[in-house]
Amino acid sequence: MQTFGQQLINGLSLGSIYALLALGYTMVYGIIKLINFAHGDIYMLGAFWGYYVINGLHFNFILTLLSAMIFCAIIGVLIEYFAYRPLRNSPRITALITAIGVSFLLENGMTYLFSANARSFPQVLPTITYHVLGLRISNIQLIILGTACLLMILLELVIKQTKMGKAMRAVAVDPQAAQLVGINLNHTISFTFALGSAMAGAAGVLIGLYYNSIDPLMGMTPGIKAFVAAVIGGIGSVPGASLGGFLTGLLETGVQAIGLSAYKDAVVYFVLIVILLVLPAGIFGKKLKEKV
Amino acid sequence: MKANLKYNLAWLALMVAVFVLIDACEFFGIINSFIENMLVTIGINIILATGLNLIIGFSGQFSLGHAGFMAIGAYATGIITQNIATPLGFYLSMVVGIAIAMVAALIVGIPTLRLHGDYLAIATMGAAEIIRILINNFKITNGAAGLFNIPPLVTWATVYVLMCLTTIMTVNFIHSRRGRAVMAVREDEIAAEAMGINTTRWKLVAFVFGAGTAAIGGSLHAAYIQTIAPGDFNIMASIAILIIVVLGGVGSITGTFVAAIVLGALDTILQNFGTLRMIIYSLALILIMIFKPAGLLGNWEFSFKRLSQSRKKATVHD
Amino acid sequence: MTSPLLNAQQLVKNFGGLTAVANVSVHFNQNELVGLIGPNDAGKTTLFNLLTGETPVTSGAITLSTDQGVQSLTGKRPTAIAQAGLSRTFQNIRLFKTLSVLDNVRIAMTNHYHDGFFSSIFRTPKYYQTEAAMTTAAQELLAFFNLTDVANQPAKNLPYGTQRRLEIVRALATKPKILFLDEPAAGMNPEETADLTRLIRQIQHDFHITVVLIEHDMSLVMSVVERLYVLNHGALLAEGTPSEIQQNPAVIKAYLGGEPSC
Ligand SMILES: Nc1ncnc2c1ncn2[C@@H]1O[C@H](COP(=O)(O)OP(=O)(O)O)[C@@H](O)[C@H]1O
Ligand SMILES: [Mg+2]
Repeated sequence: MQTFGQQLINGLSLGSIYALLALGYTMVYGIIKLINFAHGDIYMLGAFWGYYVINGLHFNFILTLLSAMIFCAIIGVLIEYFAYRPLRNSPRITALITAIGVSFLLENGMTYLFSANARSFPQVLPTITYHVLGLRISNIQLIILGTACLLMILLELVIKQTKMGKAMRAVAVDPQAAQLVGINLNHTISFTFALGSAMAGAAGVLIGLYYNSIDPLMGMTPGIKAFVAAVIGGIGSVPGASLGGFLTGLLETGVQAIGLSAYKDAVVYFVLIVILLVLPAGIFGKKLKEKV
Repeated sequence: MKANLKYNLAWLALMVAVFVLIDACEFFGIINSFIENMLVTIGINIILATGLNLIIGFSGQFSLGHAGFMAIGAYATGIITQNIATPLGFYLSMVVGIAIAMVAALIVGIPTLRLHGDYLAIATMGAAEIIRILINNFKITNGAAGLFNIPPLVTWATVYVLMCLTTIMTVNFIHSRRGRAVMAVREDEIAAEAMGINTTRWKLVAFVFGAGTAAIGGSLHAAYIQTIAPGDFNIMASIAILIIVVLGGVGSITGTFVAAIVLGALDTILQNFGTLRMIIYSLALILIMIFKPAGLLGNWEFSFKRLSQSRKKATVHD
Repeated sequence: MTSPLLNAQQLVKNFGGLTAVANVSVHFNQNELVGLIGPNDAGKTTLFNLLTGETPVTSGAITLSTDQGVQSLTGKRPTAIAQAGLSRTFQNIRLFKTLSVLDNVRIAMTNHYHDGFFSSIFRTPKYYQTEAAMTTAAQELLAFFNLTDVANQPAKNLPYGTQRRLEIVRALATKPKILFLDEPAAGMNPEETADLTRLIRQIQHDFHITVVLIEHDMSLVMSVVERLYVLNHGALLAEGTPSEIQQNPAVIKAYLGGEPSC
C-alpha cells in the first residue's frame, strides 16, 4: 500500500510533465494535423533557458518559469512561421519531414553551441522532503504537480473563454468555414504554437528541477512519449492530452515498481496499440466515418 | 513479348554496366574503403527505402516501424553466422531473418493495419520499439551491448546484387495485378472494397513484403558492418529510412534511388565538417522539403519503355 | 415461380435518431432493369449501401440466389458481397484517381485472373500471359464504351461525364450479376444523358445482368426501366411499372406536393 502510494506520487509527477508536453502536440495536431516532431526540442530549449537565466541572471523560480514560457512561445511561433507555414498546403508527410528536420536542427544546433555534455540544473529551490504517512514527497514534486495542474486549468480557460481560444476550436473543426466567419487563420495558428510551446517551456524548467540534469538531446524520448500520450488520450483533445500524459507517467512508474523497468517503454507502446485497436481515435478522440 | 524482352535486356545491361564500373574503380584503386563504405550504405538504404516506399507510397499505409524488421534480419545474421561462418551460413541467416520478419509483420499488421494515417504510423512505431526492447533484453542477442565480430561474409558486390534483386522483385510486384490491387487500396479503400478487393489482405501483403526486404537490408548491414546493437534500430533509424522515401518522392522508386545516393554522398562530403555536419544536413532537409514539397522526383519513374516510345513519337513529329 | 435474384426483407437503418431506411423490402429479378426514385434524402443511397454491405443494416435480411442455392448476404463485408456478384457506382464519383483508365478497369478484374506470386515477381511467361489476358479484356470493355483513346490517362483528368461512364465500366469489369448505378446522369447534359440511356439498355441486354438505377432525371428513368420503387422519408411509397407509378396519387403528392394533375 505504501509503495503503491509512493509510485502514485512519482507517477503523477512524471505524468504531469508528459501531460504538459502532450498538450502542445495535441493542440498543434488538432489545428494543422501536423505531428510537430520538434516539440520535444522546444522543451529542451526551455530547460536550457532556465539554466542560463538562473545561473546568469539569478532569476527566481517564478520568473524563470514565466520567462522560459515566453521564450519558448516566441521560438514556437518562429518555427511555425519559417518552416511549417510555407508547407501548409503540401502533403502532410512533407510537413512531417520538415518538422523532423527542425528537430535535428535544434538538437544539433544546441550541441554545436553548448556541447553535448549533460550539465546539472541549478537548484533554484532547495529540495525539502516531507514524510507523510510513510511516503516521501518532495516539495519539487508538489510544485511540479501544482504548476502543471494550474497551467492546464489556465489553458482550458484560454481555450474555452477567450476569443482566440474560440477561434482555435473553430479552425480545428473546419479551417475554411472559420475563415469565412472572419477568423484569421495565420494568427490563430501562431497563437496555438505559442500556447503549446509555452507549456513545453514550463515542462522544461520543471524537469530540470526534478531530474537535475539537462542536455541537448533530452527532448527526444520525452517528446515521443508525450506524443504517444496525446494519441492515447485522443489527439486533438485537450483533456485527452492531460489524461494521456498522467496515464503514461503512471504506467511507466508502475511497471518500474514491479521490477520490469527494462520493459517500461515496451509496456507503454503495447498499451498504446491496444487502446488504438479498441478506440481507433484514442480515449477522447472523435472517429469520423466517411459518408458514401 | 519481344518488346518486353528488349526492355528487360536494357535494364540488365544497365545493371551490369554499373557493376563493371564500380568493379573497375575498385581495381584501379579509385574507390578506397571510405568510398566503398558509402556505396554499401547507399545500397542497403536503397533496399530498405524501396520496401518502405512500397508500403507508404504504393499501398498508402504510413508505417514508421521499418527499423524493427531490419533489426530482425540483422540479428538473425549476427547470431547464425557467428555459429556458421560461411557464405552459405549468411544466406541461411538471411532466409531465417526474412521469415521471422514476415511473421512479425503479420502479427503487427493484422491488428494495426485497420488504423489509418498517423495512428497507423504511431502504432507501427510502437511495435518496432517493442521489437527493439525485446532484443535489448534477450540473452541470445547479448542485450544492450549487441553483437561484435560478426564474420565479414558480404562484399560490396553481394550488396549490389541483392539491391538489384530486391528492386526487381519490388518493381515487378508493383506492375502486376497484386501491385494494382495494392494501389487501389491507396487510392480509395471504399471503392476498392466495392470492386471486390480485400483491402485488409492487400495492405498486409505489401506490409509483409516490405518487412521481408527490410530484413535483407538488416542482414547485409550486420554482415558488412560486423557490429550491431539494439540502438542501431531505434525510432531514429526508422525515420532515416522514411526521410529517403519522402525526399525522393513518395511513390517513386527512381526517386528512392536518387535520394539514397544524394543523402549518401552528402553524408560523406559532410564528414569533413565535423560537428557542423548534422546542422547542414538538417538545414538541407528543411530547405529541400520547402522548395520541393513532393520530393526530388515527385512520383516520376524512369522507364526504358517510355523513353523509347517518346523517342519514336519524336521521330514521327520530325 | 422462380425466386428473385436478390431479395431484401424489411431493411431498417438508423443513424442515431434518424431512420434513413424504414422497413423496406425490395427484390430484383434476373436480367431486370429496375428504377429507384424518390426526393432528396429519401434514403436511396443508403438503401444501396445496405444492399452492397457498405453500411451494416440495423435489421433485416438480404439473400442472393446462386447456382448453389440461396445465400445470405446479411452482415457480409462489401468485399465479399462484391465477390458474390453485386457491383456499384457511387453518387460522388470514386475512381482510382491517379491511376490510368486501363488500370481502373484491370483492378476490378483482380479476382478473375491468377498468376502465382513468384511468377509475377520474377516475370515468368505465366505473368506475361496473365497480364496480356487482363489487358485485352480491359481494352475490349473500354472499346465497347468508347474509352480506348483515354485508356492511358489518369482517371482524374477525364471530363465529368466520362468519369461517370468509366465508373460503370469499372463496375462491369467485376463481372457482376447485379449492377447498382447511383445517379449516373447527375451533372450530365441532355445529350450525354441520352447516350447514357442507350448505354444502360445495352448493358442490360449485352451483359445479361440486372441493373438497378437511382435517378432524378424522370425522362431517363421512365424510358428505360421495367419496374420502379419509390422511396420517401426512408419508407417504400410505391412499386410498379412506370405507367402505374405515373398514375399513383401518393407519388404525385410526394413529388408535386399537391393534387394529382391531369
Ligand atoms: N453515414 C450517415 N450518417 C448519418 N446520416 C446519414 C448517413 N448517410 C445518410 N444519412 C442520412 O440519411 C438520409 C438519407 O440519405 P441518402 O440515402 O443519401 O438519401 P438520397 O440518396 O435518397 O438522397 C439523409 O437524411 C442523410 O443525411
Ligand atoms: Mg443519394
